[in-house]
Amino acid sequence: MHISVNVDGVTYADEVEPRLLLVHYLRERLSKTGTVVGCDTGNCGACTVHLDGHSVKSCQMLAVQANGHDVTTIEGLARDGKLHPVQEAFHSNHALQCGFCTPGMIMQAIDLLADESDPDDETVRKGLEGNLCRCTGYQNIVRAVQDAAQRMKPGAGPDQERHSDEHVTAKQPVGGE
Amino acid sequence: MIPAEFKYLFPSTVDEAVRMLAEEGEDAKVIAGGQSLVPVLRMRLAAPTALIDIGGLTELTGVRDDGDSLLIGAMTTHYEVQRDHLVQDHALLLKLVTDTIADPQIRHRGTFGGSLCHADPAGDLLAPVLALDAVMIIAGPSGRREVPASEFFVDYFTTALGPDEILLDVRVPKYTGWSAHYEKLNRVAQAWSIVAVAAAVQVRDGTVSAARVGLTNVGSGPVRAVDVEAALVGQPASAEVISEAALRASSGDGYKDNLARVLTGRALTAAVAG
Repeated sequence: MHISVNVDGVTYADEVEPRLLLVHYLRERLSKTGTVVGCDTGNCGACTVHLDGHSVKSCQMLAVQANGHDVTTIEGLARDGKLHPVQEAFHSNHALQCGFCTPGMIMQAIDLLADESDPDDETVRKGLEGNLCRCTGYQNIVRAVQDAAQRMKPGAGPDQERHSDEHVTAKQPVGGE
Repeated sequence: MIPAEFKYLFPSTVDEAVRMLAEEGEDAKVIAGGQSLVPVLRMRLAAPTALIDIGGLTELTGVRDDGDSLLIGAMTTHYEVQRDHLVQDHALLLKLVTDTIADPQIRHRGTFGGSLCHADPAGDLLAPVLALDAVMIIAGPSGRREVPASEFFVDYFTTALGPDEILLDVRVPKYTGWSAHYEKLNRVAQAWSIVAVAAAVQVRDGTVSAARVGLTNVGSGPVRAVDVEAALVGQPASAEVISEAALRASSGDGYKDNLARVLTGRALTAAVAG
């Protein structure tokens, strides 16, 4: 069957077997190997990607079900060579050991932060219920997600990207000119 | 594992979907969100010859106000049910139950109707849908028909849906102002309920004026705890009445019998507390 899927901002048109799973399409056809297969049974969440902005487990979906939709993988998060704030927070909080669960953890954390901009410990743990980590004991993952929430607060960006109101106002065209 | 081969069809109307089901015969299967069916296909517990994907039938999505009741489209995702204001105001029990289903990723894809049609006795939505006297609105080759929840769940993974029929909507009477609770026992994150109890109560001036209680995973399908309901109605919403009523919950199995009673007591206590 013919499908057209936008993955990480690029539209791909492909002929696929209906039984091809989305995760295998991403990894084997598009070489997006950042998305990994963990348990293969829908429990571990390592294969989590976003479909139209919401997290899904890509091993529990057929590629044909993504036809006409937008998929974002862990490989589509960085901008201009800079990591996403959630990726940075996982790095600086040492929120991983073997790293296998990390792509899914980060994708699910981003989804969680879209609904809960300042989650407490319990909210983070509930929000990551569908993602299993066998190394860390989750402590640093929870810290990283809460740190990421602070990094993503309005006005929390780097200084060079910050504009004061006066600066913006000064650029407004003055009436009569 | 990789699923066995199947033909994939993507209808754009309900009528087209029903026609495809009839043409493909009884080895065809409808796929909604696929959060139960894809695992089943992957484990090759089922090998349908054709999958009819109703993901394009947008008219089956969303919750509508229909006077005395709500109409919940079969393709409404769990995530949408959780955040729907009509559900929150008029069928709080369904929101509380849906909050506990699987995990966030599954709730983004899994659908209200899909869970009911899959009819896993451990599935969380069956007991509340039964207890709330919901009605299934079904499309088939000879038109539409309505089946009450009490006749819809037939056996393990078996419903009253014919092989050429599709669930369109679920009509849920409004329970405006009722309080509710879902008490679920499982051992680890994402696990199915060992037993769970769905309770909705209407308390007026300290007296239980109406009650609905459904049990999850105590048999081949959901169970309505009518004896528990009867023991509550007209009685004060007190701890004594609740513990007496909870003793009437039953599953016919020693361990689960005890669980059903304990969890019914907890569910009612939390529901009454509002």
